[in-house]
Amino acid sequence: MNSIEKRLVELNKLQDLQQRSHWMNNLHPLGKLLISVIYIFLVTSVGKYEIVPLILLSVYIIFTYIIGELSFREGIYRMRLILPLVLFVGIFNPFLDKTTVMIAGYSVSGGMVSMLTLMIKGLYTVLAVYVLIATTSIDDICYALRTVKVPKIIVIVIMLIYRYIDVMSNEADRIYTAYRLRAPGQKGIEYRSWGTLVGQWLLRSMDKARVVYESMHLRGFKGDFILKKKGVKKIDVIYPIVWGLILLFIRFYAGRGVL
Amino acid sequence: MHMADALIAPAVAGTMYVLSTGAAGVSVKKVREESDESKIPVMGVMGAFVFATQMLNFTIPGTGSSGHLCGGMMLSALLGPYAGFLTMIGVLLVQCLLFADGGLMALGCNVWNMAFYGCFIGALLIWRPIMKKGASRAKIILASILGCVLTLQLGAFSVTLETLISGITELPFSTFVATMQPIHLAIGFVEGLITSAVLIFIYEARPELLWGVGEASEKKEAKLSLKKTIIVLAVAALICGGFVSLYASAFPDGLEWSMEQVAGTSELEAEGTVYETAESIQETTSLLPDYAFPDSEAAVGTSFSGIVGAILVATLSAVFCYVFRFFRKKTETKTA
Repeated sequence: MNSIEKRLVELNKLQDLQQRSHWMNNLHPLGKLLISVIYIFLVTSVGKYEIVPLILLSVYIIFTYIIGELSFREGIYRMRLILPLVLFVGIFNPFLDKTTVMIAGYSVSGGMVSMLTLMIKGLYTVLAVYVLIATTSIDDICYALRTVKVPKIIVIVIMLIYRYIDVMSNEADRIYTAYRLRAPGQKGIEYRSWGTLVGQWLLRSMDKARVVYESMHLRGFKGDFILKKKGVKKIDVIYPIVWGLILLFIRFYAGRGVL
Repeated sequence: MHMADALIAPAVAGTMYVLSTGAAGVSVKKVREESDESKIPVMGVMGAFVFATQMLNFTIPGTGSSGHLCGGMMLSALLGPYAGFLTMIGVLLVQCLLFADGGLMALGCNVWNMAFYGCFIGALLIWRPIMKKGASRAKIILASILGCVLTLQLGAFSVTLETLISGITELPFSTFVATMQPIHLAIGFVEGLITSAVLIFIYEARPELLWGVGEASEKKEAKLSLKKTIIVLAVAALICGGFVSLYASAFPDGLEWSMEQVAGTSELEAEGTVYETAESIQETTSLLPDYAFPDSEAAVGTSFSGIVGAILVATLSAVFCYVFRFFRKKTETKTA
């Protein structure tokens, strides 16, 4: 399976998760979006030597993955794209940071601790975004963005991109497969072939965009998508408030002065 | 070049969000002024196209490795800087949500590093001046390579600055820059070659699709608006950076401050038999009172208890969640 096929499989898995009838999927998207942003904000605000608040902040991840019946493995697998830069940034800390930090009575190199906290932060933030996207469809996230007054043109473009990713990715997969069959063993597409190969595809896409617009226009498109208004239930309000309070408490009080 | 959430501090993320939002505001206004509804589906489909092309790797000659397109320069050459910028925002958000490439909090940084430089600097300062008197193969090659190299260099430099200002890495500035810039110089050069190959193909097949070719008359207006944009963004950055840092240093702890204002102390004392009984129960049952071993004042106990406590909370929450899920499933089975 090549990298494009792997991404398409990943995309299909996400779509299956988003369509479940789990109660977390039915929560209001704005609440889930807000709590994800708050969580990521709090995780990244933890100091580089503060390991205790970071361990405590895992409570949100543990809760959402177990109750939400999500796979930790799938979540961790998503780390692969950001891992190289995170590793590069953190790997030199143990050698360059000579500060000594006391952990459980032992003197530990501050660089080791800061590298560890960086990795944990990377993991938590990726896992938190996975919780959001596995329980909320892109359309619902767009609805939440419109609720917080993000300009409609940006939201419509996001929705359109998402709708056409599947079509375009399948086309990219076909192009790449055809190329590989003619150039076996070659890593990537040779840069001299890009002009005609991708140029043709680009022209087809532009024509496709024109046809899409004409179809939308014929069906009454006036520059906006009509998103069905979502009612707000008690749980939609309680869920983000309770989590917000728990996370704020953990971040600012539970681990304070402990390390 | 996608930044992860873990690599930036909230203050830096906030500042970059303000800057990117400013650029997005200008772009939305410009696209609205064009009042061309047909451009919206083109932006969507082109966004998906860039997304898909990023899945196609190109060989980097002489290295045996491969890379992928960033796409900002190509989008700008086809859609113009404003529509291109908005499309790139969509691409970056979808990438971050669907494939964890980037991060929600780092989105402001990524939009700035990849979309702003690619679309605004690349299109307005490089592509447009070179193309103002018409396009040719040589001009497209020059604009594409120059644009991709410069915008990627600026993006990589911004990544370095944002990470260093966030205090995440111990790497010295010079080492970090010396590592980031040459890598992106090579990538930028190859991306420039590929972008030019694609754009030359478009130029020969459908030249009307290229943006900003032979538009010398609009130069003055474009220059003025870019200048205004930069001034607005710079002022916004100064206000935001200054305000955030001032606020952060002046009010480190809201609840303690409030308690001191109300009660005159940040620690409340309670009296009465109920409190005394509760205190004695707490003292007897707590494993690590005052975050330390019982009868110990050592700092050793403080740190140890913190870690043990945190792990205990995490473990208990996992057990609680599994129990909750077990009973919930049981109830659901009974109902069914």
